[in-house]
Amino acid sequence: MDKPTASLSSLPSPAPPFWRDAGKRALVFQVLALATVGGLGYYLFSNTQANLARQSIATGFDFLKKEASFEISESLIPYSAADTYARALLVGVLNTLKVSFIGIVLTTILGTIIGIARLSSNWLVSRLARSFIELMQNIPVLLQLFFWYAIFYEAFPAPRQALNPIKGLFLCNRGLIFAVPEGHPAYSAMAWVLVAVLICGWLLNRWGHRRQELTGKSFPAFRVTLFAALLLPFLTWFFYGAPTAMNMPVLRGFNFRGGLSVSPEFSALLLGLVLYTSAFVAEIVRAGIQSIGRGQIEAAMALGLRPGQVLQLVILPQSLRVIIPPLTSQMLNLTKNSSLAVAIGYTDFVAVTNTTINQTGQAIEGVAMIMVVYLAISLSTSLFMNWYNKRMALVER
Amino acid sequence: MSEPTTSRRAQLKPPVTDIGVIGWFHKNLFNTWYNSLLTIITLALLAALLPPLIKWAFIDSVWYGPAAACHDVDGACWSVIPHNIRFIIFGFFPEGQAWRPALAMFLLLSLVVYSRKRERWRSSLGWLWLISLTVMGILMYGGIFGMPVVETAQWSGLPLTLMLSFFGMVAAYPLGIMLALGRRSRMPAIKSLCIVYIEMIRGVPLISLLFMSSIMFPLFLPEGITINKVLRAQIAIILFTAAYIAEVVRGGLQAMPRGQYEAAESLGLTFNQTMRLIILPQALKIVIPPTVGILLSAFKDTSLVVIIALYDVLKTTKVTLSNPKWTGCSTEAYIFLALLYFAFCYAMSSYSRRLEKELDTSY
Repeated sequence: MDKPTASLSSLPSPAPPFWRDAGKRALVFQVLALATVGGLGYYLFSNTQANLARQSIATGFDFLKKEASFEISESLIPYSAADTYARALLVGVLNTLKVSFIGIVLTTILGTIIGIARLSSNWLVSRLARSFIELMQNIPVLLQLFFWYAIFYEAFPAPRQALNPIKGLFLCNRGLIFAVPEGHPAYSAMAWVLVAVLICGWLLNRWGHRRQELTGKSFPAFRVTLFAALLLPFLTWFFYGAPTAMNMPVLRGFNFRGGLSVSPEFSALLLGLVLYTSAFVAEIVRAGIQSIGRGQIEAAMALGLRPGQVLQLVILPQSLRVIIPPLTSQMLNLTKNSSLAVAIGYTDFVAVTNTTINQTGQAIEGVAMIMVVYLAISLSTSLFMNWYNKRMALVER
Repeated sequence: MSEPTTSRRAQLKPPVTDIGVIGWFHKNLFNTWYNSLLTIITLALLAALLPPLIKWAFIDSVWYGPAAACHDVDGACWSVIPHNIRFIIFGFFPEGQAWRPALAMFLLLSLVVYSRKRERWRSSLGWLWLISLTVMGILMYGGIFGMPVVETAQWSGLPLTLMLSFFGMVAAYPLGIMLALGRRSRMPAIKSLCIVYIEMIRGVPLISLLFMSSIMFPLFLPEGITINKVLRAQIAIILFTAAYIAEVVRGGLQAMPRGQYEAAESLGLTFNQTMRLIILPQALKIVIPPTVGILLSAFKDTSLVVIIALYDVLKTTKVTLSNPKWTGCSTEAYIFLALLYFAFCYAMSSYSRRLEKELDTSY
C-alpha cells in the first residue's frame, strides 16, 4: 500500500507541458491579445495614412486657428463668424454644458417629486406617476425631442398671435419669451448677501455639530440659515429702495424685443431630456426610499425623533447611498443624450463639430474631439460623484 | 359566556366608510387632509387638460380625409398615417415587393412570440431560428425564386429598425459577457484592455460612434474595400451596447459568493466549465432586470441612425412630414410612432418581469 506512493513521490516530478501551466498559458494569451490589438491598430493606422495621403487631406489641428465663417445662433460668450474654429468649438462646449447643467438640476427635482408621488398612498397620484414613468421610459428620447420641437414649430402661433398665459410670458414659434427684472444694483447685492448667508450657515452648522458632540445640545442651524437666507436678501432689496421695474417683452415688427427669450431648439431639447431622464430618476428614487426597512423608521420614531429628523437623520443618509451611484449614471446619460441636439438644430458641441467636419473635412480630428470632450465630462463627473459617494458610504468596522 | 358576544359581533356590519366604493374612495383618495387636497387638485388639473385633448384627438379630428381636408379643422389630422403608412413602414423598398419585408417581420415577430415560453428552449428551436433567419435574409435580399434583388441601401423603415435592434441585441450580449469576464480576469493585459474599452465606450455618446462609423471608418479600410453603411451602423450599435452589457454582467459576477467559485474549483471543473455550468447561469439570472433595461435602450437608440441619414422608421416619418402636403401633421405622426415604439418596449419589459418571476428560485 505504501509502496506506490513512495515510488511516486521519489520520481523526479516532470515539469508540466507549457499549455498545462496556468502561468505560462496566461502569458501566451496576453501576448496574443496585445499582438492582435497592436496589429489591428497598426493596420488601421497605416490604411488611414495611405488614404489621407491619397485624398491629400492634411492631418493635425492647424485648422482650429482658421476662420470658422459660420454663425452660431446661441452663445454664452461673444462670437461671430469671423472668429476661429477653436472659439466656435468652445461656444459648442459651453452650450452643451449649459443644457446639461440646467437639465440635471431640473431632472433631479422633477424625478424626486415623481418618485415620491409613485409611492404616495393616494391612488390617483401614484397611478398618474406610474403612467408617466412607463410612457416616458418606453419612447425613444430622439422621438420625444422631435415631438416637442414640432409642438413649438407647428402648434404654437407666430409672434403676432403669441399665447400669453400670464402677464409677461409669451409662447410662440420663436420660443419662450418672458419678462425679467430691469438691471439694478440691488440684485447683485442680494446675490452677494445670499452667498454670505450660505457660507455663514455652513460655518454655523459645523459649530452646531461640534457643540452637540461636546455638550449634547443641538442647534437648529438649518432653520436659522433658511430664515436668514429668506429674510436678509429681502431686507437688502428693501434697503436699495425696493426696485420693481421689469424688462417687459414687447412685440416689434415680427419679433419680440426685450425680456429674456429661450429659443425653441433649447426649450425642446431641455424639455425632452428632462422628461425622459426624470422618469428614470423617479424609479431610482423610489427604489432608494423602498430600500429602507420599516423597522428603521419605527425605531427612529420610538426614539422620539420628529418626522423631519427621521427624514434627515435616518432615511436620507441611507437611501442616498442607494440612490447616488445610479443617479450619477443618469446624469451622465443626460449629458451624453444632449448630443442629440444636432438633430433639432441646437448648436451644442456635436453640432458645431459636425459643421466643422463638413467644412474642413477633418473627420478624424472632429470625431476624436467629440470623444475626448465627452470622456472628460464623464470622467470628471464620475470622479466627483465617487468622492461624494465615498463620503456618504457606510463606514464599516 | 363568550357565545352571545361572538354572534353579536358577527351581526355587526363594518362601517359604511370602510367597505364598497365609498370605503375604497376613503381609503385610497381621502385618507388624510393633504391626500384629499392632492386628489382634488389632481382631478381639477385632469378636468382642465383632458377635455381639450380628447376634443383635439377624437372629436374634431380627421381620420381618413385627403390632406386638404385637414386645413379646415382644429383637431388632429390622423389621415397623414393611413395615406403614408406604406412609406413609413417599408420606406424605399420597391413598389409591389412590400410583401417581402412584411412577411420577414411577421416571421421574426412570430418566432419571438413562440420562443417566449421557456419549455420551448431546446436545440430544435435554435435550428428553427437559424433557418428562419436565412429565410428572412432571402426574403429581404431576393435574387432567387424570381424575387428581384433589393440592395441593403433600400432596406428602410420598420424592417431596418427591427433588424438593427435585433442583431444589435443578439450580438452584443455574448460580446458583453466576454468583456465582463475579461474585466474580472487575473491577466493584467487582458483586464486593462477590457477596462479601457468598456470605460471609453461608456464615456462617449452613441452619436460619436455612429459618426465614426459613417465618416471615419471608410478611412480605416484599404483602398477599394467598402463596407456598406447599414452594416457599419450595425457594428457601431453592437460595440456600444456590448460595453453596457459588460458592466451589468460584471455586477452579476461580483454578486456571486466566493464559495461558488471555490466549490467549482474543488470539484475539478475547468474555467470554462465553472463559468458555463455554475457562475454564468446564476449571475445572468440576477441581472435580468438591468439587462432588459440595456436592451430596451439599445432598441430605442437605434432611432439615432436618423442622424447619419439611415432610413429607419423615424427617418421615413420625417421624410413623409417634409412633403409640403403633410407639413403641420408632425404631432400626429410622432404620436403614432411613439405608440409603435411603446408597444414594442412595453411588451419587452413586461416579458422580462415574467421571466424574472419564473426564474426566481428563492423561497
